Amino acid sequence: MMKDNRMDLHTEPFVLNMGPSHPATHGTVRFLLKMDGERILHCETEIGYLHRGFEKHCENGTWTQVFPYTDRLNYNSAIQNNVAYALAAEKLLGITGKMPERCTAIRTIMCELARLADHYTGLGASMLELGALTAFLYFVEARELVWDLIESVCGARLTSNYVRIGGLSTDLPEGFAAHTKQVFATNRVFWTEFDKLLTKNRIFLDRMRDTGALSREDSIAFGFTGPLLRAAGVEYDVRKAHPYLMYDQVDFDVPVGFAGDNFDRYLVRMEEINQSIRIVEQVLAKLPSGPINVDDPAVRNPSKEAVKSRMESMIFHFKNTIEGIQIPAGEVYVPTEGSNGEVGFYLVSVGGGKPWKCRVRPPCFALTQAVGEMVKGGFLSDIIPTFDMVNLIGGECDR
Amino acid sequence: MAELREQVKRKFGDAVLSTHADFGDQTVLLRKESALEVMRWLRDDPSMLFNFMMDLTAVDYLGKKPGDQRFEVVYHLYSLKHNHRIRVKAPVAEDDPTIDSVVSIWKGADWFEREAWDLYGIIFKGHPNLKRILLYEEFVGHPLRKEYPIRKRQPLIGPEN
Amino acid sequence: MEELDIEAALGDSVILTQVDRIIGWGRKYSFFLYPFITACCGMEFMSVAGPRYDLDRFGAALPRFSPRQADLLFVVGTISHKQAPILTKVYNQMAEPKWVFAFGACVCSGGMYNNYSTVQGIDTILPVDVYVPGCPPRPEMVFDGLIKLQELVQNERSSKWPRGKAPYEPRVKR
Repeated sequence: MMKDNRMDLHTEPFVLNMGPSHPATHGTVRFLLKMDGERILHCETEIGYLHRGFEKHCENGTWTQVFPYTDRLNYNSAIQNNVAYALAAEKLLGITGKMPERCTAIRTIMCELARLADHYTGLGASMLELGALTAFLYFVEARELVWDLIESVCGARLTSNYVRIGGLSTDLPEGFAAHTKQVFATNRVFWTEFDKLLTKNRIFLDRMRDTGALSREDSIAFGFTGPLLRAAGVEYDVRKAHPYLMYDQVDFDVPVGFAGDNFDRYLVRMEEINQSIRIVEQVLAKLPSGPINVDDPAVRNPSKEAVKSRMESMIFHFKNTIEGIQIPAGEVYVPTEGSNGEVGFYLVSVGGGKPWKCRVRPPCFALTQAVGEMVKGGFLSDIIPTFDMVNLIGGECDR
Repeated sequence: MAELREQVKRKFGDAVLSTHADFGDQTVLLRKESALEVMRWLRDDPSMLFNFMMDLTAVDYLGKKPGDQRFEVVYHLYSLKHNHRIRVKAPVAEDDPTIDSVVSIWKGADWFEREAWDLYGIIFKGHPNLKRILLYEEFVGHPLRKEYPIRKRQPLIGPEN
Repeated sequence: MEELDIEAALGDSVILTQVDRIIGWGRKYSFFLYPFITACCGMEFMSVAGPRYDLDRFGAALPRFSPRQADLLFVVGTISHKQAPILTKVYNQMAEPKWVFAFGACVCSGGMYNNYSTVQGIDTILPVDVYVPGCPPRPEMVFDGLIKLQELVQNERSSKWPRGKAPYEPRVKR
């Protein structure tokens, strides 16, 4: 009887706008949804609400003035962008083999701490939007502890501006290893709390299992990288495929899912948190001593004592600041593993102190493209976990 | 096993304008008319198998190269099976900024090409939905071109903006 | 509400002191935020609302994501030209009394993004009450700004409201 009633009713799809300022989308994005009742027929994603002209600003300043702009790309894991850019510029200069070991080790540590901060933030904000407010508070506190570590090193919690071409801006502080050990002990306890709250939670499973799935072939065709690609079953991690920094000297696993749905993506991120802690502990155990900057005054400013006492050092300092580091002509692309996927910098130099082009390959650009595909045919409420697991960072996607 | 760029050159002969392997990055510069055909071969050939299109962007060489090679569309490809990378470039002229779209080869090229259109003004023939993506529809101009000043204000918004 | 009728009847000719003080006291300890979050400052906003730096101490813990129900518009993160009409629309939809809290350098003045697509400070399109610079500002700075806003709200006169629509309507359709 009810079936007959329904077939006689005249229905038509309607358009719903999930606008740029929405409580359940962290990041500004607009979804135009064509819906049939609660089911989504078509979803059009619109981005660009945070376009801040990153590339144009890079072309306007010197090579070193790009660093603050790279911080604000993926602002959850700012140091990873700094390191990726520095690696690309150093490859273009040809000094990759001359980098001191301590510098490489510290960069590895900071990259992994940044990855921790990003996963805590992404998962925390996702839990907030799914309604698990307690988990959000725990994630934010875990992230505060990691931010305390980053602050003790470079002075800023979020936008660090820590790395320089040819080295770092400052060395690690005293007692960093002890502080890290304390933070990780607390964070391991937090991890078990998250696990207890979420992983076997009936409501969480219902919302995340079998929602937003994308097949392996489609993931590759769309250019997915990072946790979403690994959740679909493709074992691709830039740290293993093209090892850089100290990743070939430490022992870590890469978690790979099989279903490609939101729950697998959540599990991959949770396991990556554990692996990051493992990497940092291994690197800290064999942290070499020595200088943190490459010994070439044309690339990295000499120390303050030298600048104030020797004429040549002062001249180098002056030229580096006013004209910029002179990088010979060429083009280079260096891929690194960011928290969302492959962050690659494509730099073009025509000689001189300013970049000609500084392109960042944004991982979440490719991921957001496929959101329409992932939610088609699903319920309206499935957009929330799908989009949360994509972890769109506006600064990176819109640049 | 010859280098990737040698293999491409051997197969496609005069479609390849030049190649280099600076800093270890294999790069080929193609004629834009044959770019689509070469990239389809790069994806399907068993010794190449470039199934990931990692990045698609454009570079504006105003003042550095002649007008008929002012823009260069740059593709970065990656092969999961063989773990190798290649960079494919195609020069595009200033007065005819068109090139074939590769959306039919890799679905993910869609938004990257829209971005190149938005910021550089390069038209991709065969793209299903070529409209602005990072800027709003009423924006005038293509900001990443070298002659666009960074502080230029659009007349559409704000008395002081 | 009764005080609005009084305001309309008395206009500018009578100053109410004790009533204004009580109303101000009530308003300053019960802000309902509308966090209009776009960029990096949003991460610091999450910290501000988190357990270590707690926004609930100020009575401002509950965000209301409907402009009709919120009274404090926290503009957090860079506003681009594409986003500006939406911000103005949200501001116009909010019911008075309402205050605007500019969180971050990009919102106060455009920050380090002086280019073709960033609004150079939202005070070019909205009336702002508190400016908190910083890139991003530390949570302690945010609380300093919030305390200053509370002083402002305490000392407000009821004849200040209604203030009217935002002075400039961005003409971009989206």
